[in-house]
Amino acid sequence: MDAPAASPANTDVPVLEARGVTKRFAGVTALSDVTFSVRPGESLALMGENGAGKSTLIKVLTGVYQPDDGELFLHGEVTSFARPLDAQKSGVSTIYQEVNLVPLMSVAQNIYLGREPRSRLGLIDFRRMYSDARALLNEYGIEVDVRRPLRTLALGVQQMVALARAVSINASVVIMDEPTSSLEAREVETLFRVIGLLRARGIAIIYVSHRMDEIYRVCETVTVLRDGHVVHVGSLHDLPRMELVSMMLGRSVEKVRRGGVTEFTDANESDAPPVLVADDLSRKHQIDGISLVIRPGEVVGLGGLLGSGRSETLKGLSGVMQLDRGSVSIDGKTVRSGSVPAAIRAGIVMLPEDRKSEGIVPNLSVRDNIVLAALPKLSRAGFTSKRKQDAVVDVFIKRLHIKVSSPDQIVSELSGGNQQKVMIARWLAMTPKVLLLDEPTRGIDVGAKAEVQSLIDELAHEGLAIVLVSSEVEEVVEGSARVIVLRDGSIETELRGDDVDEQSLLAALAGDSSAGAGAVTPGATTTANPDEFPTKADA
Amino acid sequence: MTTTLEPAAGPTTDAQATRERIASLLQSYGAAIVLVILLVLGSIAFPTFATGSNFANVLTQSSFLLIVGAGMTFVILTGGIDLSVGSVFALGGVLAAFGSTYGIVGALLFPLIVCGAIGAVQGLLVAYAGMAPFIVTLAGLLGVRGLVLAATDGGSTTPLISDPAVVNLGQGAVFGIHWPVFIAIVVVVVGSVLLARTRGGQSVLAVGGSESASTLMGLPVARVKFSVYVVSGLCAGLAGALNAAYSSSGVPTVGVGLELNAISAVVIGGTLLVGGRGNLVGTVAGVLLLSVIQNLINQVGSLNSSVQAVVSGAFLAIVVIIQTVLSRTQRL
Ligand SMILES: Nc1ncnc2c1ncn2[C@@H]1O[C@H](COP(=O)(O)OP(=O)(O)OP(=O)(O)O)[C@@H](O)[C@H]1O
Ligand SMILES: [Mg+2]
Repeated sequence: MDAPAASPANTDVPVLEARGVTKRFAGVTALSDVTFSVRPGESLALMGENGAGKSTLIKVLTGVYQPDDGELFLHGEVTSFARPLDAQKSGVSTIYQEVNLVPLMSVAQNIYLGREPRSRLGLIDFRRMYSDARALLNEYGIEVDVRRPLRTLALGVQQMVALARAVSINASVVIMDEPTSSLEAREVETLFRVIGLLRARGIAIIYVSHRMDEIYRVCETVTVLRDGHVVHVGSLHDLPRMELVSMMLGRSVEKVRRGGVTEFTDANESDAPPVLVADDLSRKHQIDGISLVIRPGEVVGLGGLLGSGRSETLKGLSGVMQLDRGSVSIDGKTVRSGSVPAAIRAGIVMLPEDRKSEGIVPNLSVRDNIVLAALPKLSRAGFTSKRKQDAVVDVFIKRLHIKVSSPDQIVSELSGGNQQKVMIARWLAMTPKVLLLDEPTRGIDVGAKAEVQSLIDELAHEGLAIVLVSSEVEEVVEGSARVIVLRDGSIETELRGDDVDEQSLLAALAGDSSAGAGAVTPGATTTANPDEFPTKADA
Repeated sequence: MTTTLEPAAGPTTDAQATRERIASLLQSYGAAIVLVILLVLGSIAFPTFATGSNFANVLTQSSFLLIVGAGMTFVILTGGIDLSVGSVFALGGVLAAFGSTYGIVGALLFPLIVCGAIGAVQGLLVAYAGMAPFIVTLAGLLGVRGLVLAATDGGSTTPLISDPAVVNLGQGAVFGIHWPVFIAIVVVVVGSVLLARTRGGQSVLAVGGSESASTLMGLPVARVKFSVYVVSGLCAGLAGALNAAYSSSGVPTVGVGLELNAISAVVIGGTLLVGGRGNLVGTVAGVLLLSVIQNLINQVGSLNSSVQAVVSGAFLAIVVIIQTVLSRTQRL
């Protein structure tokens, strides 16, 4: 399935089609005169920058929103979906951008809600439901206790459960809105395998993602949206990446190329006195004896596989996680451990990985969400200065291209990616000394990604120390002056200078310490296991 | 790393899973455990407590609240609330008394139809008009009490029940246990099966767990929300009718504040006030607990009913605190 074969079924009538669809919200036209179709067995990439209207189109196609204008066709016949249930009954199955399952219910219940297997008496047959669920998940290589409440599982697993639910409904179209935004490399592989299976069965796929690699691997055709208009429909193979990006952003290819997609300059190693010194950070079963020294202006990458302790290290530094042992100091002063307020006062700020649940205040305005954490800095004697707030908010909205009708717009009305940008703006607005970034560019479009990366770069030049965690090897390598590689909760090795490249990092991740000639290897005893390679290298 | 999908190392997850399981069990069965403890202590302390007739008395007292609480459990599980049950309970009693001139069928059917319809109206407003349950059922509380008073000349007349068959429905007993107790048991059993073993019941839990997710998963959210208010109306009406049969009259002033007792019992029984989790067995324990506390205070004799209110209130506060702590344990 690596090279998506054009299936013969592609000449059929479209399974699902929208003609002249328009959707307005107060103040914005999210979709205007959109015509769109997908054929059996086709895998279609729906592309566009944050706020282009992708999620809105999907919600119109699946009965969540009613179009203000235009018509939907199913297998060539006019149709309309009053509710998501109608769409599902007609074989249109969806994984929405937000993980949408019931956290208190079990994995199996979530998969079969509304269509539970029943005994002759009409009662739910739990035993069959559990074994069906187990079989279904096993088919996709997922081992999990199906009786466990969903909320106890990692975000990635939840996403896989949503996938299992979507594909187990007898669907003719499966729509996926950024399905990989919370998946690890290996889970992404599983997802791709499932997509391959679905296509072989003649099921059409509509795929939304900001990750170019994935799009080119999985999809054969593309529809590009910009500001609610369809600007391109065609095959993906003969479309160069640059051109695709330029269509999404509405800038010429030259401009995009000049701007670069990843815009990190070489962050220098500095020899100023260290701003952050962490010594022997440990917590049972999570991290063990992590020591770091970071100087102002440095961008330090943390590499490692799932469960290697990257996020835990950041949580330890920022006081989110209690430590059993170890200390963190800023400018030589020890920070009380396990206290977020203390860390923030000392100047350590973390952008959490799971921004959807850990940060957005959905009913507040964009302005309030951005200045929330910086309020103490922007106010005098308890009074907030609106002028100062506006200035800060303005800068970030412009800088990150946050698509809003006004700073007073309610944040939950923004598109998914724009909500992420608001979160990033909030942490940057706090003017910290040390910024801990966990997956800073997840879910945001290529244009904004470059902006975020150049902003990080700029902040480093201004003397901010940055610790960067990203599951994208490319991003870590290009962004960091040195990379500390973690494995099973301790430091495995450190890459410096010329050794900071993708090959060395991948090798280090796999536990092969001979890869980088200059790699410092403090007593690495772990045996290499090439199976644990994150298979994300086809750039 | 054999499976990528399980978080971190084995030992933490195991210990954590055990802790979560205990927390979850406590949350569901805490009321039952406390009930047993109280029963044992009460039996030791008061010789008049552990007698068959006293227990039968406690059960009868509990049966009406239990039927109301069963309906309330469904409503709270969806994340809603029904404040109208006290008034509907009174209306059910008055209508049963009126209907008893047509025998047992009239005494049951009349209140069930009217109270079910009242539930349906409230359900329509909540589910389809999107109004807040608190407001809708608060209006119900006031409005229905008004209906009761209107039907009884401002509450000055109390319609009596003379049909012996109807009176027997309330006062008749098998093995010393009154009929309403058996009817309450049937309601709980049927309700439990509905909740745990049918698609409708699962939808109730799903809607309470996450309404937006339920909508996107294609569950009939509005229909589910509508139904629970109908169920609650029916339950309150039935309980009112049985209470009227038991006291052989439809007293228009009964049921004041009953909604608060019902809500307390449901919450003490481990159902989350925000919905999504709970069961009827918990509600049974909650109702019995409230009744036993009342009974024990009566045993002491020297204490009056205000003490009982204080104890029940304190109890509720403790339960809510424990619930909060427990659900935190589980989230970590
Ligand atoms: N409920 C709503 N109320 C008001 N405006 C909305 C609403 N939902 C979406 N919008 C607006 O419609 C536009 C398109 O949003 P949409 O969520 O479809 O973008 P998207 O292409 O999915 O972006 P992303 O890549 O960030 O997920 C945005 O400007 C957004 O602010
Ligand atoms: Mg979106």
